[in-house]
Amino acid sequence: MTLLELKGVSLSFAGSKVLDAVDFDVPAGRIVSLIGPNGAGKTSLFNCITGFYKPQQGSIRFDGTEMLKLKPHRVTQLGIARTFQNVRLFREMTVLENVMSGMHCRTSSGVIDAILRLPLQRREEAEIRAVAEECLSFVGITGGWDREATTLPYGWQRRVEIARALATKPRLLLLDEPAAGLTSGEKEDLIGLIRRIRNERDICVLLIEHDTGLVMRLSERISVLDHGVMIAEGTPKEIQANQRVIEAYLGVEEDAFDL
Amino acid sequence: MSIFDIFTNQLLNGIVLGSFYALVALGYTMVFGVVKLLNFAHGELYMVGGFAGFLVLSFLAPYVGPGWFGVAVSMVLAMIAVGFLGVVIERVAYAPMLSAPRLSILITALAVSLVLQNGMLTLTKGQYVPFGASLGFGGVRIDNFFISYNQMVLVGVAAVLMLALELFVSRTQYGRAMRAISVDKDMARLMGINVNAVIAITFFLGSALAAAAGTMAGAYYGSLWYFMGFLIGLKAFTAAVIGGIGSIPGAMLGGLILGLLESFGTQLPGVGSEWKDVFSFSVLILVLVFKPTGLLGKPEQERM
Amino acid sequence: MADFPERPSAWGGLAVLLDTPQKRYAAIAVILVAMAVAPYVFGSYGTVILTNALLYVLLALGLNIVVGYAGLLDLGFAAFFAVGAYTVGITTLHFGLNFWLALPLAILLAIIAGIVIGAPTLRLRSDYLAIVTLGFGEIVRITARNLRETGGASGLIGIDSPWLFGWHIRTPLDFYYVFCVLAILGVIASVRLANSRLGRAWLYVRHDEDAAEAMGINRVKVKLAAYVVGAIYGSIGGAFFAANLGAISPESFSFRQSVLILMAVILGGMGKIPGVILGAFIVILAPELLRDFGDLRLLIFAVGLLLIMLFRPSGIWPARSKSR
Repeated sequence: MTLLELKGVSLSFAGSKVLDAVDFDVPAGRIVSLIGPNGAGKTSLFNCITGFYKPQQGSIRFDGTEMLKLKPHRVTQLGIARTFQNVRLFREMTVLENVMSGMHCRTSSGVIDAILRLPLQRREEAEIRAVAEECLSFVGITGGWDREATTLPYGWQRRVEIARALATKPRLLLLDEPAAGLTSGEKEDLIGLIRRIRNERDICVLLIEHDTGLVMRLSERISVLDHGVMIAEGTPKEIQANQRVIEAYLGVEEDAFDL
Repeated sequence: MSIFDIFTNQLLNGIVLGSFYALVALGYTMVFGVVKLLNFAHGELYMVGGFAGFLVLSFLAPYVGPGWFGVAVSMVLAMIAVGFLGVVIERVAYAPMLSAPRLSILITALAVSLVLQNGMLTLTKGQYVPFGASLGFGGVRIDNFFISYNQMVLVGVAAVLMLALELFVSRTQYGRAMRAISVDKDMARLMGINVNAVIAITFFLGSALAAAAGTMAGAYYGSLWYFMGFLIGLKAFTAAVIGGIGSIPGAMLGGLILGLLESFGTQLPGVGSEWKDVFSFSVLILVLVFKPTGLLGKPEQERM
Repeated sequence: MADFPERPSAWGGLAVLLDTPQKRYAAIAVILVAMAVAPYVFGSYGTVILTNALLYVLLALGLNIVVGYAGLLDLGFAAFFAVGAYTVGITTLHFGLNFWLALPLAILLAIIAGIVIGAPTLRLRSDYLAIVTLGFGEIVRITARNLRETGGASGLIGIDSPWLFGWHIRTPLDFYYVFCVLAILGVIASVRLANSRLGRAWLYVRHDEDAAEAMGINRVKVKLAAYVVGAIYGSIGGAFFAANLGAISPESFSFRQSVLILMAVILGGMGKIPGVILGAFIVILAPELLRDFGDLRLLIFAVGLLLIMLFRPSGIWPARSKSR
């Protein structure tokens, strides 16, 4: 079953085409990677999926629902969560509070409930906290929840971000370069974590990543984007042998030498 | 008076008013272009400019006379003085806040505006201060249409200033740098542009233009008031938004449009002069809600 | 762990001193007693000043939710103050409505106004929002000044004082106690909101709007909630203000008023309840103490605001340190 389906998505900024008629599927329950040279448009594609960018053309369907016109918070409510390329935790707030933000869209107590401390609010607060603690434990953070989130070491901050995304109870998790800046030990942990997310929580994972070794080991399916065009899709073995992909990467490296 | 007479007279009023709005709006728009900040204190610079012009004139009147020449000299000196004041404000109050949360710099700008406003309130004890220029009442009359020499000079001077600015921005290196910074400040810095110097020049020019408008307003309307910057600031902001914030021709166009809107708007049934400001603010809100990029503005760059 | 984390601790920097529940209850008791006996200590003039200060505490708490929690610069808060005051004034004077019916009506109108103004404008960037709210404040003031129904430039006079279960709330002392209750309720509501799901949402949106959206938070709805709650505070303050003074005029609802309330929020410590209370007292008491300086007072405030923003943006009230 296809969980996420992009058809003919085109995106332009001020005249330059960032994405050109991109077709892209993510099957349910898989770990899929999106790779490509720098500037290929990968993060832009993520932004289209999550509703931050509005493509000029095309369709984006999530489990059958057309998402092109939806606002980002609606996309998350429907079940797509994400992390960011540069970790964006909420400053001046604790680790736990950061993760609790994920549960906002799954609860509903409002002004009156808060002021009068109605039962709904008490129940929801307990639930929010429980889910947040559980997500933090799941990613391997079992203490220090009251620390200000941005004071954590980088690798831990990335985990908090993942926990935060998990707290929204998604069905599809978008990870934008989750391995960037991690040590090789942390990368091993990340691979294990992503597999557990898929296996234990039945969440489909789509990641953008530059570490090709990690990508080849982890992914069940790889899609390659180059200059806004989807040039290949397949298993890791197929992609490694794909001529166009090799050229796209080699081509970039040649230009890199010219600088 | 026929409809035609009313029309032409309001047209003239609108152009005169629009000239003031445009001059002040230019400062808003230029500063917004380079530092992405709405300088709340800008309206007060108009007010301070008016008072500066008044001060200069009162000293120089024995030498240059209280007529248009005297006013012009005072205006130029006021422009220079207030231009520097603008740079000082930028260096002292805004530059340190650029990395702080947005809310902080907005409140700082508000604080600067309040300091200027209340400072002048204290100095003038809230009284209207007569400007002291003698500009005469002569003009040209065609049937029921009268345009005074003062109006002609005013619009002319405003036009000259705006033209000079436009030439400066489009022809010189600094103008190019200004535009580069407004598109991408970090890239401009990487390309070797001295961003701080260009920002300082921008503040200087914007403040100078506001001061010019203030001095001319003092001369034309005859008196100055510590609170005059408040309203002008809002109107000029409206003008800048109508024309498209960040666009220099937009500010000029917006100023003119707002001036005309106000002149003709007050002729509508039921909208007397006491509703003039409500009319302008409503225009502002409507424009911001429905077309925030204005007429000539560039669409907001996507975040992320 | 039994307790929910308090966010932020209502006591701010004092939390370090008041570290046990017993100490906190004791502090609350002291404050309540002080409030009860204050009129007898400060005399009738002092009581009037304190009542003003308490009104400002209420208004500042409301604006604090908009500015301090949600991070929206609202420069037209006096408009909601006006809505509350004029609704009570007009309905009690011209329609003979009982104050206690006029009050919920005032609140309702403020909510409507908040939604009507907020819904289209709260998605604007913060600079624009500031000016739009300023414009809205001016529109309300000028309208109040121009319309016959609102009494024009001279405003409304002869507003009746309310009765409550046989107690005629008439004297300054009566109103002092009423405002004490209002301020206390305002504080309780603010604390509870701060520690709730919505309170956290305000902080998320304030610190990083886009990340908050990505977490499923509807930033416009959250901002609107803050704006409307602020409006409710403002209109309640306005309603009781009108009943207290018995007369209102458009000049009480000018930009200057909005700025004073904003100063109360910022000077003491934006976002922190004790800071806001301190700020309200500073704004009301300082003119009394600086009486000799006349017009210089506003300038002193403005300079103070500028200095605070440049050197101590967290305000005068001691800030709580982050490590717990």
